[in-house]
Amino acid sequence: MFLDFFFKLKDARIPVSLNEFFTFLQSIKLDFIEYDTNKFYYLARTSLIKDERLIDRFDVIFGQYFKGIESIKLDDILDHLNVPKEWVQKMLDKHFSKQEMEDIKALGGFDELMKTLEQRLKEQEKRHQGGNKWIGTAGKSPFGAYGYNPEGIRIGQDRRGQGKAVKVWDKRIFRDFDDTRELDTRGMQVALKRLRQWARTGVEEELDIDETITHSAKNGYLDVKTRQERENSIKILLFLDVGGSMDDYIRQVENLFSAAKNVFKNLNFFYFHNCLYEGVWKNNSRRWKEQFSTREIFRTYGKEYKCIFVGDASMSPYEILVEGGANEHFNQETGQVWLERAIAQWPANVWINPTQEQHWNYSQSTNIIKEIFSNKMVPLSIKGIEEATKILSKK
Amino acid sequence: MKFEGTSNYISTDDLNIAVNASITLEKPLLIKGEPGTGKTELARQISESLGLSIIEWNIKSTTKAQQGLYEYDAVSRLRDSQLGDKKIEDIGNYIKKGKIWDAFESKERSVLLIDEIDKADIEFPNDLLQELDKMEFYVYETNQIIKANKRPIVIITSNNEKELPEAFLRRCFFHYIQFPDIETLKKIVNVHFPEIKKSLLQSALNRFFEIRDVPGLKKKPSTSEALDWIKLLLIEDINPLDLKSDGKDLLPKLHGALLKNEQDIHLFERLAFMARGNR
Repeated sequence: MFLDFFFKLKDARIPVSLNEFFTFLQSIKLDFIEYDTNKFYYLARTSLIKDERLIDRFDVIFGQYFKGIESIKLDDILDHLNVPKEWVQKMLDKHFSKQEMEDIKALGGFDELMKTLEQRLKEQEKRHQGGNKWIGTAGKSPFGAYGYNPEGIRIGQDRRGQGKAVKVWDKRIFRDFDDTRELDTRGMQVALKRLRQWARTGVEEELDIDETITHSAKNGYLDVKTRQERENSIKILLFLDVGGSMDDYIRQVENLFSAAKNVFKNLNFFYFHNCLYEGVWKNNSRRWKEQFSTREIFRTYGKEYKCIFVGDASMSPYEILVEGGANEHFNQETGQVWLERAIAQWPANVWINPTQEQHWNYSQSTNIIKEIFSNKMVPLSIKGIEEATKILSKK
Repeated sequence: MKFEGTSNYISTDDLNIAVNASITLEKPLLIKGEPGTGKTELARQISESLGLSIIEWNIKSTTKAQQGLYEYDAVSRLRDSQLGDKKIEDIGNYIKKGKIWDAFESKERSVLLIDEIDKADIEFPNDLLQELDKMEFYVYETNQIIKANKRPIVIITSNNEKELPEAFLRRCFFHYIQFPDIETLKKIVNVHFPEIKKSLLQSALNRFFEIRDVPGLKKKPSTSEALDWIKLLLIEDINPLDLKSDGKDLLPKLHGALLKNEQDIHLFERLAFMARGNR
């Protein structure tokens, strides 16, 4: 039942597991859907979709899956009675008791029977607003019985009597949430966890068992020793390339790092454009007014910081190699000089490049930067982040 | 057992379905949504409307999954052994029950709220998989298995600060609380302030949605902010006409209740400045 639907969801790369599908099948048997299309939709959504970003994709699939069913009309069925015989038989079973069947047969045989069926169906349509019996019979169409309602699916108790209703899933209210993300942030966070550096700071409130045992043995009485709690002391300095093609990536990277707040107790970030020069900024809309001198940053953030550059590293080679080559202002010193200073200042450094790795070779500037960073350039993928953590945790 | 909202909690159809599915199939319900859309309140309302007791477990960044089950206080036991206390014979005296244990032990079915699960460490949800799936766990110190008398209704809220593991998600029902539309919000406000004048409500909410629609806000005001703001408006007895935006005054009266971010207020001031320049 609904297997097609399940595979359609799978095809749309919505992660549904068999378990969830079983839950869904189990739950439609429960009585609280009350034969209401809307409620059926909600139930499918709550049991199959676990991420608001996927709801929009789900809505689309749901809509597609239902479209064909709507178009089946009562008259079609009755006019072309070349539907499978079993199906008709089952319909008859459903709508007439044995006694009634006998009565009708007595009335006038099959033609009469069909007429009465038609009548019965039309009554039903009024009573149930459609969608009451969508569990398919002959297996051809799981929603076969949708045809009961010539006007298509009507939904929502509130809208009754207001003519055709807009289907909830067609409203696609969750459209804004679908960012078709390539990045699995969770995987990355797990990878970033490796960067944690534990150090003991703050109030002594943790029981130090080893010390307690040693001192108790020595002193002959229970001598409880405490120590400071372990805290993550890693410090991260992030330089993000903004402007133009990088903006989409930057948002992802920012989300990634701010979500990983637990991993980094101390996280500072600055923006630059294309290449590092004498000034960086924290607020992109005020980049010309509120610049921080790069030298100042060298002074403020000591060698213990791990330094991460994020950028696509694709620009004109002049922007790295030539004085005055920067495309937005006149730089006294080349970008290369500034990058090398940064590398000297923070020995733990890495460049994360969100563009696809196989394209790097075609861009001259990417190669130059990769060389400046002595090959410490990784792609923005789980594997890349893992590699970056390895590079950064080397002492 | 069926949940259909309460007199002071306006619930939507889809939310009811999600809650009822999770109650009937005895699986946890994961609730996400913008801050201030009533995620935590939902659990309380479920307990109230169904007449069940509620057990709240608020998660912090330092919370461990084990703390929800039980904690073994070895230090007290060590100390008591020094004093020759008889209590030490029974290790059970030093087991401190956690919230999940409480919920499992309760004779009646209870509502277990695990609030803001995303605050905890990234592995936290994984550590609770078995416990929430089978509704039982094992106490190593005393060799006993704790099994739920009546499977509690488990409501889990998340603010999306961290992604939750797939294996965990697969075991839950999921609902995303949408920000209400103006009609629903009207109903919500009416529940909280039944005496509010229609004209004030209309213009306040219009104003509110205008503010929400401004692109680039760091923190969009949500339901709870709207309620706070309207409460202030009522206390100050503001005239509905004063709320009309007239370009030069883009920020409404008492905006402190709505905009809680300095940058957002700056944004509005800049917009106001631009609007003035255009005239």
